[in-house]
Amino acid sequence: MAEMPENLPQPVRGFGTTFFTMFRKASTEQYPDEKVPTQPRFHGRHQLNRHPDGLEKCVGCELCAWACPADAIFVEGADNEAGERHSPGERYGAVYQINYLRCILCGLCIEACPTRALTMTNEYELADHTRESLIYTKEDLLAPLQGGMAMPPHSMVDGMSERDYYSGKVTSATPEQFAEVEARELAEEKAAEAKTDATIEAEKVASDIAKDEEQDLGGAA
Amino acid sequence: MGLEEKLPSGFMLTTVEAVAGYARKGSMWPATFGLACCAIEMMATGGPRYDLARFGMEVFRPSPRQADLMIVAGRVSQKMAPILRQVYDQMPNPKWVLAMGVCASSGGMFNNYAVVQGVDHVVPVDVYLPGCPPRPEMLIDAILEIHDKAQHTKMGSNRQKQITELELEALSAKPLMDLPLLPSEAEHLPVRTPASTPLLFGDKKTIKAAKKEQKKADKEAARVEAGKAHG
Repeated sequence: MAEMPENLPQPVRGFGTTFFTMFRKASTEQYPDEKVPTQPRFHGRHQLNRHPDGLEKCVGCELCAWACPADAIFVEGADNEAGERHSPGERYGAVYQINYLRCILCGLCIEACPTRALTMTNEYELADHTRESLIYTKEDLLAPLQGGMAMPPHSMVDGMSERDYYSGKVTSATPEQFAEVEARELAEEKAAEAKTDATIEAEKVASDIAKDEEQDLGGAA
Repeated sequence: MGLEEKLPSGFMLTTVEAVAGYARKGSMWPATFGLACCAIEMMATGGPRYDLARFGMEVFRPSPRQADLMIVAGRVSQKMAPILRQVYDQMPNPKWVLAMGVCASSGGMFNNYAVVQGVDHVVPVDVYLPGCPPRPEMLIDAILEIHDKAQHTKMGSNRQKQITELELEALSAKPLMDLPLLPSEAEHLPVRTPASTPLLFGDKKTIKAAKKEQKKADKEAARVEAGKAHG
């Protein structure tokens, strides 16, 4: 805005500023309707990243939990079993929880993370009604699958070592990995169906027995 | 509080609820209650850039008797806790509490003897807002949650019914230890819950035999009990 001329009397300059401000655009952000994006490096909710083939980057080292000044992070690592691989290499983060009622979003955990598994997003709308719901678990924190990623657990890309994953030689999941995941999901579905069948059978037997017992009791009386 | 609480339930009450809810959320006055750095963010929220006046909330009342919403902005020390409670008690019903920032919500990074580990130890909290301090948008987001709650507050007999339901639910609530595990926990931790009686698998004969055994044991135990009572 143009400055008030210096030679005007003080009261006129003061009220003049007020008067001309009326014709300026309001600086108010219309928050819930128009969301102004944050700075790109704003510290928002965390995210657990994945390798390009869908395997998790977290190795369960707990360095983030150690770095946390508010003790907001709980990690429990576990070994990758054969046929049940969640991350390249030896171990992965089996349990991962961040308590957002302790977390001060300082980013020390991100600095501590040796594999860049943990980063922060710009998401900030975290308010909730209970304390329990603000403890985010691995399901809430894991990055969604992008194109070319297969849902772990699955094996590593053939012929690639853990080191190759970090030097960027893996660019997406291979057809073998997709086939493996599909086969696993199919088997799980079948197992679930078989289980329900067995449960139905057991329930039937149980009800039959109950009927028999009733009859027995009737006879005794 | 007044006549609206005495109305019988029905379409009349639901209409009154909707109108009262709209009025309550449309001019919810917060108490001026800043305790620490979060209060700076709260002031910014009231300022021209974020402008709480858009929600009819620009008047931060210096007297709790004129306030509907208490924004606990900052860490609550043990010494401040009774004062916080007094401010809450002086507010007229209906009233809401927003725990702003991690310190007010859970103690945050101040896990020590001087700081109350969450204001829900002192007053009932409606919405928890994480962040240290939360940016004004986060506060507005939390306030909108409270508005939603105010809009859907039940009154009179409907409220009584809701209270009864909530009480029943609370009475039958299980301790966290006994709740079903999260999928990620269930896979990797040793099972903490006592397994509920499993369905017996097998053919009729074996199950029947097992059940008979069980019944016999039960009867024996009952007889022993009875003997004790007589003796």
